[in-house]
Order: sequence, then structure tokens, then C-alpha cells
Amino acid sequence: MANQSKMTLKTKEKLMGVMFMLPWILGLLIFSLYPLFYSIWLSFANVEFSSAGISTDFVGIKWYKELFTEDPNFITNMVDTLKSIVFSAPMIIVASIILALLLNKALPGRAIFRALYFFPVIIISGPVMSKLINNQATSIIHPDQYSIYTVIENMPDIISVPLTYIFDNIVIILWYSGVQMLIILTGLQKIGDSIYEAASIDGAGSWEKFWKITLPYLRPMILVSSAYTVVDLASMSTTPIHAYIEKNVTNILKPYSYSSAISWLYALAILAILGIVFFILRERRAKLYAK
Amino acid sequence: MLNNGFITKNAKKAGKTVAVNAIFYFLLICVGFVFLYPLLYMVITSLMSTEDLINPTIMWVPTKVSLGNFKMVWDVLEYPKSLLVSIIFATICAALQTVSCALMGYALARFDVPLKKLWIGILILLFVIPTDVLTIPRYVLFNSYNLIGSPLAIIIPAATGQGIKSTIFVLIFMNGFASVPKSFDEAAQLDGAGRLKVFYKIAIPMAIPVITLCVIFSVVWYWNDTAQTAMLVGSDFGTLPLKLQSFDGAFKNSVNAGFGDDMNRLNECFQFAAILLTIIPLVAFYLVMQKQFVQGIESSGITGE
Repeated sequence: MANQSKMTLKTKEKLMGVMFMLPWILGLLIFSLYPLFYSIWLSFANVEFSSAGISTDFVGIKWYKELFTEDPNFITNMVDTLKSIVFSAPMIIVASIILALLLNKALPGRAIFRALYFFPVIIISGPVMSKLINNQATSIIHPDQYSIYTVIENMPDIISVPLTYIFDNIVIILWYSGVQMLIILTGLQKIGDSIYEAASIDGAGSWEKFWKITLPYLRPMILVSSAYTVVDLASMSTTPIHAYIEKNVTNILKPYSYSSAISWLYALAILAILGIVFFILRERRAKLYAK
Repeated sequence: MLNNGFITKNAKKAGKTVAVNAIFYFLLICVGFVFLYPLLYMVITSLMSTEDLINPTIMWVPTKVSLGNFKMVWDVLEYPKSLLVSIIFATICAALQTVSCALMGYALARFDVPLKKLWIGILILLFVIPTDVLTIPRYVLFNSYNLIGSPLAIIIPAATGQGIKSTIFVLIFMNGFASVPKSFDEAAQLDGAGRLKVFYKIAIPMAIPVITLCVIFSVVWYWNDTAQTAMLVGSDFGTLPLKLQSFDGAFKNSVNAGFGDDMNRLNECFQFAAILLTIIPLVAFYLVMQKQFVQGIESSGITGE
């Protein structure tokens, strides 16, 4: 008897929890899960408008095939977008680590700088950024005016391309690092002083302390920041692939379906990048023990 | 002698600290300048007249400050109306998104709900999938209910926890509610309060900083969104960023209709004035809520543990 009432109490509890979840679950089913599967279906279908609404027929991988074999615009837009994410993300992470280290020193007035460095996160939006970039408000360095530029240009691509990229995008890289900077700063402040003291006693310099203590401690924060960076960059409305998807939504010859196929390929590419991020920044405990 | 040595050593140490601090301040200011450069450049250029802009000898200091650019842009952006649309739209979406995410976060934090891991997995999946994947079928869905072009196409998903970056808010709420000691709930329950009462009498008041954080970020993200809003509500919905997006065309139309002389051609002065007018409300918002923005992130628990 007692057992039974306990059971019902537990069920009641669960029911109450489900009540709290209900709005979200309803939204999930209608506005997220259904669209998710519907867009998979659309990407394999031919959509036609009729008096009764829209009708769809299965056409297999027709659109995917067309994208890869007959649509050079898709490949250019996709490659440009992915390239800029893969280039920018590591630089944003390095920038936010450097900013966090600068802000981690207990100096008077630190809060002002922290507020200033975070500020761009508030104003970044597609139109604002594209207008700033188009009107060259973000090119603080004009490297082409200096002779060093020719020196850099003559270096092998592997050095010159990232360097010129940094020169061209330094403001953008900093502007996108606000949230990540705060995440890493919080991580820095959680590392206790005692471990640094112990390292000092063992004769470690600042350089060694940074690589052997600070960075390994920050790994989870760097992982979260990296994932955030990739997702944030991928969802910007200024990416060429977004413009291309938007343009093709109402493509009269292949409405909805073609753009769905593009968006899924894009989603898979982003998931692959995230997979690589997780692989690089995964916890390497086994290796530590092996040592 | 000994005493003397002690003093010099101390002075040396102090000198070193001053030098290190000076280097840090120097770096902080340099980086700060890079951060502010676009804004400075924008403010100055937007105050220039077209003559000054063309004049190559004038880089930073305009010969005369003219507010004419702003006046013109004010009209083209239909500023008071767009500002109002932006404020109302962002506030409604943010309020509804916060409520729905708070409920979900509370359920995950406090109840032994079935399939908890699945829900969290779905939340993360929805976060990492680019929004375009969802926007197209949502367009088809809302289209069949004739809701395309209505702000409801954005508001309804926000109200059911499927809005912009909802995942982050749910997870922040989950962490926030989980950090409230359970003994508070139990004490209230012993006094006869139901779960609902515990939620709004204990959990909500304890989570005010978390709620503030979510509302302000939600406002900012909805304010700045153009990708979804342009697609589902339409480019002529008239929030400030959407107006900015279509600014070039609108400017040309209105100016040509009035007086088409060369001096009023669309140039950087006008562009920057338009950007400034678009971001000024957010800047003001940030100046007021700066502490909540920055400290909120630090205490939100999204920092990796």
C-alpha cells in the first residue's frame, strides 16, 4: 500500500515535470523536428505548386547531383564560406585567449577594458557588418601601403596567406571574440594560485607555466568557445552560402527543394568541422597516463 | 648597510611591477584602439560633408561638423517608426523566449523527467545545425497557414522555445535553477506549497540574474537578426537592421525623388550615419546593462564545466 502511493507520487512528479516541458516539446515537434525531417524530404523531392497547395514527388539525389556537377556557383559559395570559417575560428580563439590573459591581470580599470572588448558582440548583425566591411571601416591596417607587404607576399603561401588574412581581418577577428574571451577569462580565474606557486618552486618560467598549466586547464573552455565560434560564424547572415540558399528558396524551377539540399550539405559540412574541433580538443587522459 | 640593501631590493621590485603594469596598460589601450577604430572612423566620417570626404588632405578632422547627413538618413530609415518596430518586436520575442526556455530549463533541472538525455542531445543538435535547414521548411509551414509576412512566424517559435539560440538559454536556465539549493524547495513543500508555487515563489526570485542575462541577450539577438526575419517576415517588415539592409536602394529612391544633385549621392558619410543610427539604441542599452551582460556570462555556468 505504502509502496503504491510512493509510486503514484513519483509518477505525479514526472507528470509535473512533463507539464513544465510541454511548451518546449510542442514547439520542438512543430517548429523543429517536423521541419528537420520535412527539409530532408524536400531535398530529395520535386516541388510543384498546385491549387491544393504544394505537391512533392520523390526524385532521389537529383538535386545533390546537380549541385556537385552542374552548379559552379554552389561550389564557390560553399568553399568560400567554409574557408572563412576554418580560417577565422582558430584566429578568434587565439585572440580571445590573448585578450583573456591581458584582462586576467588585476589592474585598476580592468572592468572598463573588459566592457569595451565585449561591446562589439552587442552590435554585430549582418547588415551592420557587411556595410562596415564594404565601406572599409574595418581595415585599420592598409598593408599595401608598406613595403613589408611585398615581403610577405613573396613568402610561401603557407605563411603569406594567413598573415595577409590577419592584416585584412584583425578588427573582425577581435569583434567576434567577445563571448569566447569571457568564457576563457572565467576559466583563467578558476585556476588556483597554488598550482602556479608550486610550479615556480619547481623552477618553471612563465612560458612553461603557460603551456604546461594554463592551456591544459583551459582545454574545456577552449572547446566550448571553439564550438560556439564555429556555430556563430556558420549562422551569420553575411555568409555567401546563406545568400545563395535564400536566393534559391523561391527558384521557380526548383522551389524549396534545391535550397533544402544546399542547406543540408552546409549543415553536414559544419557538423564535420565541429567533429574535427572536438577531435582536436578532446580530453587526452590516456596519453597523460602513458607518460 | 643591510637595511640599505633591503630598501633597494624593494624599490627594484616596485619598479619592476610599475614597468609590467605600464606594458599591460599599453597593450590594453592598443587593443582597445583596434576595437574602437571602426566606430571612431564611422563617427567622424558620418559628420563630414561631402566636400570633406572627397578632399584627400582631410583624414580625421572635418572642416565643419554637419548633422545634415543624419537628418537625411533619419528620414530614409523612417527612424521613429523603425525604432518602435524594432523595440516592440525584440521585446516580445525576448520575453516569450525567456519564459519558454525557463520552463524547459526548470523541468530539466528539478524533475526526473523521462528521456532527459535525449532532450539535452536534441537541444545541442538544434544549436549546431545551421538555421537555414529549419528556415526553409518553416517557410513552407507558415506559408500554408498564411503566416508568412506576419511577425507571428518568428514570435510563435520563440514562445515555444524554438527561437534564436534557444538552446543556450535552456542550458543557462538549467544550470541556474540547479544551483538553487533543493532544501529551499523542500522547506516550501513542507509548508504546503505545490510545485508550481515553488517555481514562481522560490525558483524565479532566486534566478533573477539568470533571467536578466537571458532577456538582454535575447533582445540583442532578436534585434540583430535579419537572416530569419527577412525570410519569414519579409524584408519590408521594417526593423532597423532590415531598413539598414535595404538602405542603399531606399536612399537612392528618396533622394532622386527630391533633389538629384551630385552632392547628395550615396557615399560613406550617409552609410556610416545610417549604421550609427541603427546601433545607437543597442549602444545605449549596453551602457545601461553593461554589468549584467559581462557578469552574467561569467556566472552562467556555460563556461565548460
